[in-house]
Amino acid sequence: MGARRRRILPGFGLALGFTLLYFGLVVLIPLGGLVLKSSTMSWGQFWGAVTAPRALASYRLTFGAALAGAGINVLFGAIVAWVLVRYDFPLKKLVDALVDLPFALPTAVAGIALTSLYAGNGWIGRWLEPLGIKVAFAPLGVVVALTFIGLPFVVRTVQPVLEDLDAEIEEAAASLGARRWQTIRRVIFPELWPALATGFALALARALGEYGSVVFIAGNIQMKTEITALLIVGKLEQYDYAGATAVAVVMLFASFVLLLTINGLQRWATWRRPAFGD
Amino acid sequence: MSIEVRNVTKTFGPFAALRDVSLEVQTGELVALLGPSGSGKTTLLRIIAGLEVPNRGSVFFHGEDATDRRVQERRVGFVFQHYALFRHMTVFENVAFGLRVMRRSVRPAGAEIRQRVHRLLELVQLEWLAERYPTQLSGGQRQRVALARALAVEPKVLLLDEPFGALDAQVRQELRRWLRRLHNEIHVTGVLVTHDQEEALEVADRVVVMNAGRIEQMGTPEDVFHHPANEFVLNFLGHVNVFHGRAEGSKAIFGTLAVDFPDAPPTGSLELRGFVRPHDLELDRTPSADALLEGTIVRIHAAAPQVKIEVLSTAGESIHVESSQERYRAQGWSVGQRVYVRPREIRVFGNGQPARPATPRRTDVVGMSSET
Amino acid sequence: MASAPAEIAIPPAAARATAEPALVRRVLIGVALVFLGLFLLLPLATVFAQALERGVATYFAALTEPVAWAAIKLTLLTAAIVVPLNTVFGVAAAWAIAKFEFRGKSLLITLIDLPFAVSPVIAGLIYVLLFGMRGWFGPWLGAHDIQIIFAVPGIVLATLFVTCPLVARELIPLMQAQGREDEEAAVVLGARGWQTFWRVTLPNIKWGLLYGVILCNARAMGEFGAVSVVSGHIRGLTNTLTLHVEVLYNEYNFAGAFAVASLLALLSLVTLAARSLVEWKTQRVSAVERVTDEH
Repeated sequence: MGARRRRILPGFGLALGFTLLYFGLVVLIPLGGLVLKSSTMSWGQFWGAVTAPRALASYRLTFGAALAGAGINVLFGAIVAWVLVRYDFPLKKLVDALVDLPFALPTAVAGIALTSLYAGNGWIGRWLEPLGIKVAFAPLGVVVALTFIGLPFVVRTVQPVLEDLDAEIEEAAASLGARRWQTIRRVIFPELWPALATGFALALARALGEYGSVVFIAGNIQMKTEITALLIVGKLEQYDYAGATAVAVVMLFASFVLLLTINGLQRWATWRRPAFGD
Repeated sequence: MSIEVRNVTKTFGPFAALRDVSLEVQTGELVALLGPSGSGKTTLLRIIAGLEVPNRGSVFFHGEDATDRRVQERRVGFVFQHYALFRHMTVFENVAFGLRVMRRSVRPAGAEIRQRVHRLLELVQLEWLAERYPTQLSGGQRQRVALARALAVEPKVLLLDEPFGALDAQVRQELRRWLRRLHNEIHVTGVLVTHDQEEALEVADRVVVMNAGRIEQMGTPEDVFHHPANEFVLNFLGHVNVFHGRAEGSKAIFGTLAVDFPDAPPTGSLELRGFVRPHDLELDRTPSADALLEGTIVRIHAAAPQVKIEVLSTAGESIHVESSQERYRAQGWSVGQRVYVRPREIRVFGNGQPARPATPRRTDVVGMSSET
Repeated sequence: MASAPAEIAIPPAAARATAEPALVRRVLIGVALVFLGLFLLLPLATVFAQALERGVATYFAALTEPVAWAAIKLTLLTAAIVVPLNTVFGVAAAWAIAKFEFRGKSLLITLIDLPFAVSPVIAGLIYVLLFGMRGWFGPWLGAHDIQIIFAVPGIVLATLFVTCPLVARELIPLMQAQGREDEEAAVVLGARGWQTFWRVTLPNIKWGLLYGVILCNARAMGEFGAVSVVSGHIRGLTNTLTLHVEVLYNEYNFAGAFAVASLLALLSLVTLAARSLVEWKTQRVSAVERVTDEH
């Protein structure tokens, strides 16, 4: 490269400078403030806040429900994606557009709607409660809310992979004598597997931090149905900034680990699908 | 196993891909379906495979009606233009696939599968790549794996859909010859789809020329090349020059050249087209009674196995002549020279008339052998 | 140049030789529709059903009472500030990332996704830590009588954080896919910076940009967790629409809560419709490009 790198297109300095300044002010510095605050705590203080029984109960609930929700979404999301890509039925385009609803709908609206549905006198709750299945104001409600919130992630990650799938490899498998389920198991599923894993991780990451759609349906009973996000809010309201910060750092750590995993999964998925150019 | 296709018609919406097509392939024969895009050749191949269902007509394997049999049950080997290899499996696993998905009752044991796969990989000379993945192979290697995979289940019929279309010219030539040798070795009935007439003529026992959903001509490569049934076949197989003329009496008149044309109508004049292959044209310095027309040499391309000379006629038509290197050097042609174009052999077609090859009547011309 | 249909993409399931049996297909469609109906349609329907349960008059009364009005105004104000700012950020970031090479580029791309990885509650928390009464700047702000937390500026900041990546994430892959050729051609022809952007880049990205703006707007108006932490829930002053929904709900005023919620639900439906429109438009453009490229 020459002595001075010259940019052919204009505006690099301005664009990058503004980007870094804005992002730094709005996102990085405040986040840095959080980390800084947590470092002013003593280790004992930090550990105490983070491992208090109430906090541990909230981790169990949040993580467990998020895993369950993401798991449900992987199973049913895969079916939805398959049906949307491969089959035709009336109003398919409408259904396809609706899959993005959890992205677009405000979480509070989702929260009160789900609560109203699954409460004892709700449209669904009235069938389930006599059977002894309590959804609203119980851990199951958290699972339902987190399933709702993660729904589009799996579907939208798997859909493009299915669309790009070559019809010929299925025909090749059939011509070699494979029955339909064998083709699906041995040929199609391995191609989908990275997308499914990525979708799972994305839904999980989203569910871990979710607040609005959960706080209405959960009932928020300490030690039973209190998610970690609510724990943080509670501590803030009592001006326990230190405690709130400590738990927040734990959440952030988990999110970052997930973010890195997702990045890795996405890179694995693209390595598995090299560009077709021979 | 022999294949018979009887009166097959296939439409895709308003588009008729195949119109009442019938075809027979003998056991052990390698037949090429040759034609341009949209001629229906791929559709016909896929119908034989069971990947498409015809609207009308039937398919017979060794005399048995197989029209309603699903593709899994037809025991055909199919090779795709873009290989369709399973990306997440090694070469070995790809070839073993057909054996692994067999019903338990007929499935060979693991050790035997390994043996069969290795023998096949030896056959296609890719044993050393058994543990690689398809993305690590070249196009030619991938296609050989695809072939080995198709052969692994010992199919009765091998169907190849433009198998070398996605490869470089050099690799294509090599694989073409290799396929022919392979076929000589294993004698499986084969149908090959291609739009490359050179490939079809070189590889196949018989060539089926197709156009717009119909079969134009069936025959050995020599048949279709030297005795084309109609204009389409003649045009499609190799380059050809077209000359316009008319029928008068029992003769076809092209410029100053007159040839016997027994199919001429008794009265009136009929428009005719004369077709001459580039290597059937001679160039003279002086006019003669058998010359078609007069022109000037505008281009000479001597860096090829045959010398290609382009002549611009006085009427502004472009004529392509091919000549051997010795002849070219002997004649000493150069750009800008005035020449007279004379055919050794000319095929004459009227509108709606079948092909009639005709050679100019003069004895000295008739006696001249076509040297290439 | 004619192309035979036999060489085109996957035909419908029913016609293919490699399709599942019809029964399996119908079962799968049924399962998918039941799942989506349960998780998507029912909640959506509930919002509107509950909103209108006490009649249309009550519905409109809930929307027009002064506190609701204040919430609407605050929400609109927040969006009016947040969306343009984040759009400018998105465009600037996409320009820098898509049209240039520089060290740390992939780090920047990953960083921009950061707000998505952060729980909205934490997004609110960080501003409380900075500007709250007991935060870093708390005393200084108090001395100068500036209120950020429990006031409108805090709400704007928290919303800014949460919706920051949206426009950028729409534009970056779009502009990366489009490459630099058009802009380079313009520069070679003598166009200056802004001209190149306005006349060459903008028309190319207009649909993606539009969708990014619509999405950013929808999320800005619909944000709950982050603003809940910073707002202080002061009725008539610091309650956005979503917070107002919470207030009404907690007072057991279900009809009112759902009435306001229905507004937000309508907004989300408009957003979904906009997405379909943008997808349709961009597919048509790329289809035309593909056809003309082949010839």
